[in-house]
Amino acid sequence: MSESSTNLIILNNVSKFYGEILGVNRVNLTIAPGITSLVGPNGAGKSTLMNLMTGLLRPTSGQISLLGIQTDQPEELFRKVGYCTQFDSFPRGLTGREFIRSFLLVHGFTRNQADQLTESALERVNLLEAAERKVAAYSKGMRQRIRLAQALAHEPSVLILDEPLNGLDPMVRAETIALFRKLAAAGLHLIISSHILHEVDMMSDCVVLLNNGYVVAEGHIHGVRDEMQAHPMQILVRCDKPSKLAAYVFDQNHVVEARLHDDRHGLFVKTRDADRFYLLLNRIVAEGEIEIESVAPVDDDLSAVYQYLIESGSNS
Amino acid sequence: MSATVQIVATRNEAWSLWLRQIGAIFRLELKKNFFGRRSLLIYLLALLPLFPLSVLALFTPPGREWQDFNNYSMIYAVFYGGLILRTIVFFGCAWIFMNLFRGDLIDRSLHYYFLSPVRREVLVTGKYLSGLVTSVLLFTATTVAAMLLLYFPHFYSESVRFFLHGAGLDHLLTYAGITILACFGYGAFFLVVGLFFRNPIIPALVLYGWEWLNFLLPPLLKKISVIHYLNSLAPIPVSEGPFAVVAEPTPAWIAIPSLLLVTILVLVLSSHRIRRMEIHYGGE
Repeated sequence: MSESSTNLIILNNVSKFYGEILGVNRVNLTIAPGITSLVGPNGAGKSTLMNLMTGLLRPTSGQISLLGIQTDQPEELFRKVGYCTQFDSFPRGLTGREFIRSFLLVHGFTRNQADQLTESALERVNLLEAAERKVAAYSKGMRQRIRLAQALAHEPSVLILDEPLNGLDPMVRAETIALFRKLAAAGLHLIISSHILHEVDMMSDCVVLLNNGYVVAEGHIHGVRDEMQAHPMQILVRCDKPSKLAAYVFDQNHVVEARLHDDRHGLFVKTRDADRFYLLLNRIVAEGEIEIESVAPVDDDLSAVYQYLIESGSNS
Repeated sequence: MSATVQIVATRNEAWSLWLRQIGAIFRLELKKNFFGRRSLLIYLLALLPLFPLSVLALFTPPGREWQDFNNYSMIYAVFYGGLILRTIVFFGCAWIFMNLFRGDLIDRSLHYYFLSPVRREVLVTGKYLSGLVTSVLLFTATTVAAMLLLYFPHFYSESVRFFLHGAGLDHLLTYAGITILACFGYGAFFLVVGLFFRNPIIPALVLYGWEWLNFLLPPLLKKISVIHYLNSLAPIPVSEGPFAVVAEPTPAWIAIPSLLLVTILVLVLSSHRIRRMEIHYGGE
């Protein structure tokens, strides 16, 4: 094994079929340290690729190695790899702290080591105060964060994160992205899937574009960024006073459109500058006039961007 | 990020690591087995034989056989073989052991184990041991409580003599031992069934039928069952009726190692299966 391959994630001609259904096909990737985003519409093969990288799925053909370790050697692989899946489920009856600690003990850490690592992981995701509550009572954003904490608690060299920003409010989203950047700066591999190009733009060093199970483009983030700026992003804000929120956002010059949700408990906002929109939301939350339940980018309008990128990727 | 804590994984220390991991898995699973939402059914099942015995304790049936203390050994043997062993322990083990992996698949939480640096054999061992301890504690308690509940309310002083100075304690320990062996054997079988079958109820019912019809089978086929070896160990042989094909009971020195050997083979098969297993929650 060459010295360089022990610092790379290598997928060599990897294919996965579920019977006759294609998962991913002939994927060749070499991933260096830093943040690499897997981008593509739902069903593109992002989660399949991540599950293959972590041995939850076995490739129909091809080889995968992470830092020189094959994926069929879990006892070695998961000392260096942490994976935060998209499965929003937990072993029943555990508190946040018990959840992290129990699986550190399963890793083989001693009780003292597990205690230290648990506290450190909880602190990183800002969940120390809620650590004694049952995970089942957590909000969606907290569940997302506790899964992130579990994935990074054993201090892996490779972090694989499937849609890790889903369900997070804007402030926590920004903190989490900052945490990713910090981990990447420390030399980790972070592989992050997202169908939200805006998020990818904010944090990635490299991007891998997937569509229908094929890698259609890969490379540096700048190319994607240029294309994104031409397309406004649509965000759904669930709140108690959507009309009042609409009045606020109409004043912003980066907001292209604001439309009430059919159930009148939400507002669709199209903006050319999502960062500024999130900052505005933070201000509104701080003022306390509007109670915001959730904020989620809506990906429908991104299909045009994908289409462009996918086509240009295919042509190149 | 460099790991602040390194786990030593040299050959010499691998056993210590595996034992720690088995302990951690065991504790997590034991908590689920005893306090999870699925445990309610097991408690009900374990208590079930005690209900009729509690009623009998209050109202002694009028039949002559109930008036003679010497008949109680046979009454318990029939009650134990028919209800506790063949039904309560059988279905109890089915529920506990099939859910060790199948339950995690249904709850979509098995991947947490698969994403830990744990040998699959270690995972199988930790889970199996948790199921074993759960079933042994519950059903041995049932076995003992049922026996005491049958004897003491009707013939207190005779029962005291029987258990302290007669064969009572031997019988009690033997039945408890049979229950423990049943948990070993059925447990391993149901663990593997839970891994191979998406709907494990059907193979469980097939085995149930096979075990019940064991008395009709020729001697050679009788040996391909768990109940044959367990019945061979019973302190009081029970007649299986006029249509039963009589076969020599297997001596304890063959029956016990055979059951344990088959258990180990089945666990090896489970480990092999789990090494090749993929996580497909969508299909569960």
